[in-house]
Amino acid sequence: MLRLPRLACLCACLISLTVVLHPVAGRAQSTSDTPLQDVLQSVQAQVASPSRGTVPDVLSALLERDAPGTVEFLRAWQDRGVIERPEDGLFFFANETGGMAELTDIDSGEIVAQVSTRDVNQIRPNAGVRREINAALVQFELMNPDPARRIAALESATRSPDPEQIPALELALASETDARIAARMERLLDLLNARFTTDTATRVDAIDGLRGDISTEARRVLNQLLQTRSDFAQTLPEDANIARIRIPGEDMDLHAAYAVLSDADLFPPRPGRNAIRDVLRANVVNGSVGGVPVHQLNTDDNRVAAYRALQDAGTVPPLVTQADMEAAVAQYVFFDAYLEPDAAVTDAARDALDSTRTRIGAFQALSLSLDALSLASIFFLAAIGLAITFGVMRVINMAHGEFIMMGAYTGYVVQTMIPDYTVSLVVALPLAFGVTFAAGVAMERLVIRHLYTRPLETLLATFGISIALQQLAKNIFGTQARPLTAPDWLAGSLALNDLVSISTLRVGIFFMALMFLVLLLFILNRTRLGLEVRAVTQNPGMAASMGINPDRINMLTFGLGSGIAGVAGVAIGMYAQVTSEMGANYIVQSFMTVVVGGVGSVFGTLAGAGLIGALQKGIEWFNPTNTLAAQTYMVLFIILFIQFRPKGIVALKGRAAGD
Amino acid sequence: MVSTTPTDQPRPARRGLLHTNPSVLWFMGLLGLFTLGVSILSEGMGIGVLSTSMVKILGMTLCLCLIAVCMDVVWGYCGILSLGHFAFFGLGGYAIGMWLMYARTEIVIRDSLSGATIPPTEVEITDAVTAQIFGVVGSSELPLIWSFAGSLPLQLAMVVLVPGLLALVFGWLAFRSRVTGVYLSILTQAMTLALSLYLFQNDTGLRGNNGLSGLQNIPGALHVPQSVLSMWFFWASAFALGAGYLLFAWVVSGKFGSVIKAIRDNEARVRFLGYNVEGYKLFVFALTAVVSGIAGALYYPQAGIINPAEIAPIASIYLAVWVAIGGRGRLYGAVIGAATVSLMSSWLTGGGAPNISFGNYRFLWTDWWLVVLGLGFVAVTLFFPKGIGGLFDYLVRKKP
Repeated sequence: MLRLPRLACLCACLISLTVVLHPVAGRAQSTSDTPLQDVLQSVQAQVASPSRGTVPDVLSALLERDAPGTVEFLRAWQDRGVIERPEDGLFFFANETGGMAELTDIDSGEIVAQVSTRDVNQIRPNAGVRREINAALVQFELMNPDPARRIAALESATRSPDPEQIPALELALASETDARIAARMERLLDLLNARFTTDTATRVDAIDGLRGDISTEARRVLNQLLQTRSDFAQTLPEDANIARIRIPGEDMDLHAAYAVLSDADLFPPRPGRNAIRDVLRANVVNGSVGGVPVHQLNTDDNRVAAYRALQDAGTVPPLVTQADMEAAVAQYVFFDAYLEPDAAVTDAARDALDSTRTRIGAFQALSLSLDALSLASIFFLAAIGLAITFGVMRVINMAHGEFIMMGAYTGYVVQTMIPDYTVSLVVALPLAFGVTFAAGVAMERLVIRHLYTRPLETLLATFGISIALQQLAKNIFGTQARPLTAPDWLAGSLALNDLVSISTLRVGIFFMALMFLVLLLFILNRTRLGLEVRAVTQNPGMAASMGINPDRINMLTFGLGSGIAGVAGVAIGMYAQVTSEMGANYIVQSFMTVVVGGVGSVFGTLAGAGLIGALQKGIEWFNPTNTLAAQTYMVLFIILFIQFRPKGIVALKGRAAGD
Repeated sequence: MVSTTPTDQPRPARRGLLHTNPSVLWFMGLLGLFTLGVSILSEGMGIGVLSTSMVKILGMTLCLCLIAVCMDVVWGYCGILSLGHFAFFGLGGYAIGMWLMYARTEIVIRDSLSGATIPPTEVEITDAVTAQIFGVVGSSELPLIWSFAGSLPLQLAMVVLVPGLLALVFGWLAFRSRVTGVYLSILTQAMTLALSLYLFQNDTGLRGNNGLSGLQNIPGALHVPQSVLSMWFFWASAFALGAGYLLFAWVVSGKFGSVIKAIRDNEARVRFLGYNVEGYKLFVFALTAVVSGIAGALYYPQAGIINPAEIAPIASIYLAVWVAIGGRGRLYGAVIGAATVSLMSSWLTGGGAPNISFGNYRFLWTDWWLVVLGLGFVAVTLFFPKGIGGLFDYLVRKKP
């Protein structure tokens, strides 16, 4: 352990604190009813007007007594929540509301009085004092016997790093028995040392401890150490920690380099186009400038000629040419220097950062794949109903998106009636299936049945239904988005580390998609209904002569597809927002998913969703700010893809292909 | 008396387009009367019964009728349910809109700089125009596609070339790989979606979802009042509709028309007979795309603003709705459908129609019009596949 000697010397500095902070067994307990107030009264003046010098006295007095509620008092003291009653000098916790303060007894926690804030002295420790108190608090918490409290203290210290925490941490680390907490303490100590310590060896040592650490905090500390500033000098300074040298014209714009020099008043500024115009405007004499008539000054060449004439007359600053700039810039070196003067530290930090690069790349790829998978499962959920109605029955149902919307609104309505989110979800899923199943069956009976021979007109008729349903939803629920809240156990997120995390809801949607896939494959391939569906879609006449009722089968199949869309709607509603237009947002993509995957195959739809999801995330990765561009290129890709594989990824062959 | 044998019987005289299609003459006559009527009633030219905004709405409706005729040719005659013709319409609008916006901004900038002590250089003017147009999307460079925006002839050429080329390339790709039926519809819809998503981006050089605006001001005619300008555009739209109607009536009447109708009814059989089906389809697709572009170029100066939402896939589906309601396979059906539905939409959603009271529930047309339209559309598809135009068959049949 390299740190032990340092620890010992720091111990000495904090000796007064440590003595009182160690929870010593068998300490004499106060017999008084108001132990804390008694202690505070013994150091009354120091508490009422604290300064950095007097705080340790108060702390030692407080901790020697170890009265119950000490930590709470320290926290309130630091947060300016303590007041002094001027009549008797007693201290109270105060809860201020609109000029009135509610006084709470420090020991009993009972409300004792309501007074005006004017009648009491509020204790306002300054920033230095508060830091002092905070350090004591951290120390106190880090040594708390409860491991959960220690971890909480570590986390809060990580969030607000401060050099004052270093000695407290070192002390706590020395007495820490839990190996996992000790490891976290060491890491925090590394972070603090790398940033705040002055001793090079300690810092390099701490930075080496951060090698391979991919957490955001570690990388932030390392990147901070590697911050640079741009500078220039006549010769390269010896004492600066140079990051890179810039060569004007190659890795630095010549104009920019000259601008740096002219900003430092070393050379006259280069008049730009606007500056030339302004100078000319100021020097118009008898309708001409430098011999050039004003009306001819509408080209850059003539303006420069006029300017040169003025320059020769000596009235204006000279025009800076390319050669002038090159000559000026050649006299200086331009470089980036690290803000951190110590080269050993920056080298170590760069090494440590480089060592994490591969792992970070791998984790980013993993995170991207998870995103793609999640997006794919959403596309799959939206499209799986279509995989049946369009894929198997070849019915173009433009109202499919509205079935998704109906499912989502069903979820919303159930949630307004049943306040418990988990129960309402359990009720909403089958109910959404029922509602959209009924709607699908009704639509099939009333409209689609008559149009089986005219597929293009099915498209138009279902579009009519789609706009009617959308407007109907608008009339009933209004135009603003309705909330469909996920239950708490779906609201969090699973995090592997700082780079890879995924919300639980997305995981839930993924498993739901998976469940539907299995269910659908089971129904289509292993049940009587599935057999009859396949028979009817392949040859309705032959199926009918085998005793299958094609009308009934078509009705049930369409109902099934619509019902699944409704259940998907509940999931999508929790993930996105419930609006009357939510279905329309998915309809084009859903059709593309089915077509790209291969019509007539559930696996095809899966492949299509996977391809589209992966593609969209992949393109987004190149240009993360522009999801619209990603969508544009994805659609273009799909158009091209269909040119080369018109039947999709999973193309049916033989009689099953149907054409 | 000259005895005739079957061999030298005179061939039946080639009958003219108008003779075989009396509806063309009727249509032209009605369009002419309508134009005359609107001119007389208009605010700008006549007695002022029709306000300028009403004239604009009528002129825009004529443009919509023209694109509906295109849709009818490509869908009703050739059997391609294209859900992308509004994309061509929008592209035509964007092409003319770029010139309108650029040239007008340039005039304004030149005016404001003309008072300066020193005359501005061309670069300064271009920079100022760019800043004015692209300030909203935070860009200071003129995008490459605006290179010709200062020239009216080049932009007019773009009105025709851009939709035409896009249709040629897309159609060639799609027809070559024999994508037909609903797949083709989905593919054209994907094309429309891609285009509108592309235009929605701020950095693609067409001002993102701000679109192009101020298109009602025509550079070179800035002093002409809108009431007169609206009549100019109304006449231009009426002329374009008449010319387009004649063109397509001629295209679908002769042998060419028979071939494309045959493709609609049985594509494989036409191919077996030795016709180059892809060529015919490509020609019809590209020609209708060009005319749609022209219709768009006339529509948007009257609308005054164009943005990517106009190109969204749903607009093209509505186009199919108009044609289906009006009646497919007859050009006047498309015109009737587009005019009826779009005028009724703007009348009913604009609050012009009286609301109906059912006891304590008020039936607001603005809320219920889309529901009525959607269900009415289902009814037309199911019960009147010939659409409104089918009613004329009864009229004609009564004559001996």
